[in-house]
Amino acid sequence: MADSPVATEEVPALREQAADALTRLQAELDDAIVEHAGMFGDVVVRVRRDAWRRSAQVCKDGLGCDYLSFIAGIDWMPTPAVVEEGSGDTSAPAQPKDQTYGVAGSDGRYQLLALVESTRRQSWRVILKTDLPDDDLHAESWVSLYPGADWHEREAWEMYGFVFDGHPSLRHLYLPSEFEGHPLRKDYPLLAREVKPWPGLVDVEPMPGEPADDDAPTGTETGAIEAGESA
Amino acid sequence: MTTTNLPPPGDLPEIAVDPAAFRHLADAQVNVELDTGDMVLNIGPQHPATHGTLRLVVRLDGERVVSADPIIGYMHRGYEKLTEFRTYPQITTLINRIDWLSSFANEVPFIEAAEHLMAIEAPPRAQYLRTILTELSRIATFLLFLGEMGLQVGAITPAFYGFRDREYVLNLIEAVTGGRFHPNFNRIGGIKDDLPWGWISECRGVMNKTLASCDEFDDLVVGNPIFQKRTRSIGIIPRELGAAYGVSGSNLRASGVDWDLRRDGPKYLVYDELDWQVWTHPDGDSFSRYWVRLQETRESARMVLQMLDQMPSGPLMAKVPRIIKVPEGEVFVNTENPLGEMGYYVISKGATGPFRTKIRSASFSNVSILPWLLRGVYVPDIVTILASLYFILGDIDR
Amino acid sequence: MGLVSSGKTPKPLQHLLNYSRKYSLWMFQWGLACCAIEMGAALAGPRYDVMRLGVIPFPASPRQADLIVISGTVTDKMAPAIKRLYEQMPDPKYVISMGSCANCGGPYWDSYSVTKGVDQIIPVDVYVPGCPPRPEAFIQGIVLLQQRIMSEDPAERWRGVTREPIVVG
Repeated sequence: MADSPVATEEVPALREQAADALTRLQAELDDAIVEHAGMFGDVVVRVRRDAWRRSAQVCKDGLGCDYLSFIAGIDWMPTPAVVEEGSGDTSAPAQPKDQTYGVAGSDGRYQLLALVESTRRQSWRVILKTDLPDDDLHAESWVSLYPGADWHEREAWEMYGFVFDGHPSLRHLYLPSEFEGHPLRKDYPLLAREVKPWPGLVDVEPMPGEPADDDAPTGTETGAIEAGESA
Repeated sequence: MTTTNLPPPGDLPEIAVDPAAFRHLADAQVNVELDTGDMVLNIGPQHPATHGTLRLVVRLDGERVVSADPIIGYMHRGYEKLTEFRTYPQITTLINRIDWLSSFANEVPFIEAAEHLMAIEAPPRAQYLRTILTELSRIATFLLFLGEMGLQVGAITPAFYGFRDREYVLNLIEAVTGGRFHPNFNRIGGIKDDLPWGWISECRGVMNKTLASCDEFDDLVVGNPIFQKRTRSIGIIPRELGAAYGVSGSNLRASGVDWDLRRDGPKYLVYDELDWQVWTHPDGDSFSRYWVRLQETRESARMVLQMLDQMPSGPLMAKVPRIIKVPEGEVFVNTENPLGEMGYYVISKGATGPFRTKIRSASFSNVSILPWLLRGVYVPDIVTILASLYFILGDIDR
Repeated sequence: MGLVSSGKTPKPLQHLLNYSRKYSLWMFQWGLACCAIEMGAALAGPRYDVMRLGVIPFPASPRQADLIVISGTVTDKMAPAIKRLYEQMPDPKYVISMGSCANCGGPYWDSYSVTKGVDQIIPVDVYVPGCPPRPEAFIQGIVLLQQRIMSEDPAERWRGVTREPIVVG
């Protein structure tokens, strides 16, 4: 639509430290790296699943990335179609229906995402990704390298169902023990929305005497738009 | 009083042991090894000392902790799933409830992430306002910490002082944003509104008052010998281990790691235009965490005073379309929040809402070190350590 | 007392009992989420001092409390604990549901782990809407509750007759 902005600037090239990190990673891991890309100055490296722990080792020992920021999962399946684009239904954002992948691509639906950082002065950041095949959601645990991975991996198991080999005790972290299902998977429905759909942005009638001014700052902070405006 | 079934005196059996054989016991120290089992103490989700709904199942040997298992999730609201069903402005409203004490600071990394993806930059005045409000929320959070840690250690007065001084800062935030906390003031592209008349001089007064309060806390709490005895050498986090666990913010700086995202990370807001310093402490115990946060409160007050002098005038919002559609891409933005490093990894597919948001919250990693940290400490020290790590349950559980 | 259960409490005694109960509410010292900070500001802050209304002390044990304030989001994991805490409180007890999360699930209404309102588990006497409600709104809730206590009939309460909850604002 006419209003959707397009990023006209080029995504900035890798920062100096990130380029340095990439060179070193390529030297150590070379064939384990499936793809790499730049992301707003940071380097994103997608490695093979069997080199997941090895890449963490390289980052920790070779690059001095002593700080574990997070380990998370991504489910690339498109958000189940609740809202059609352009239908005027504002109960939820209309997400695209085709399965596309982000920076550094992906081979399938599930991916592991991790970020390690260095606390030395010039903070180096490396973002690691790896693909997990649908029928075998296993990956090696990082607990022996970064003890903080313990909780992150428990959360990833709980939310997606990824199993980490070598983890001391993969059990529920956030959810009650009797919880069934893995909530962050895209096919896990939010039942409250199914039972009573959110009405979306309702019509707001302008107060009598007030002109409907397009340039005035909107008083409705939640981003409500006036009725009848096309997307 | 129950009567024991003693046999009548005449029927006592003959004791076949020579009493002389036990004479050594009468002289010697009785050294009996009592073999006790461990006791499991459940410091439940409802407890005055756990800052919210944190549950600690500790196994005690007498008064010493053998093992501790934090059970979290009592405030898990499913943020990451909810963000997949909301638009960016709606998420801004939601995310300032993650760390509910310094709410403004939660919005900043998310808004910056959206702005990176859209390749727009907020105008300088908006950046200054964002920085001022972030530092004000930092001061508000830390004032509460300074008061509340005294409370956890056993002194009630600092808590009242903390709440009183925090009210002045909350007044300021409310005068600008309309909300004491949960301001929801950021917009993609800038800030919603400008400062009211007379705010700058009011802010100067409050910052000077904050500096005076910090001196009060110095006198009242830091110099107090009971406080020192209860917090020195308690809960020492070694540097390397802290970093490996992901402990961040003042907790890591109190262990001697000279790392602050405001100075060392990618540029965000206007910290590079100010003259300020990062405070570290070599010890890594509870006392140093208190001390570092006290110094950082002073530093934030000084930063706000500088910013009030340097603030440029100009527009508050960059030109953005009415309905925000963020182009496709991924970005990670992390900032130095009062509790530590908070980051948002936003994956967008060109819609009005993100495809996936990974929220990296500081307290999650800060609390993950508890099983290691609480081994071998006494039960009262558990409370001191919990207070000094300063986590917020909403930040842990999201 | 046999007087209360049989409904024969004389009016002056009833008045006295209600008067003393309303001005000595013991509030359970507990908060869940962001609303707890506002509750804390109302209770402990020198500005919105709620102690002047008699709402002290703040026992940490539910066995000694008459009033529980559910301030914050109620998750499905926490719900059994809340039910148990409520059941541990002796009668007569009152519940204030503070904030929109406790009233109806609030901004997390569609989450998989949030209980949509604490009135699904325990009966509520006062609803204080807001996100978070200002300390003044919370104090208004307490004042309205005190007015209700004053006009309460202990015999009816003993019989289990419940009244329509108050909504502040």
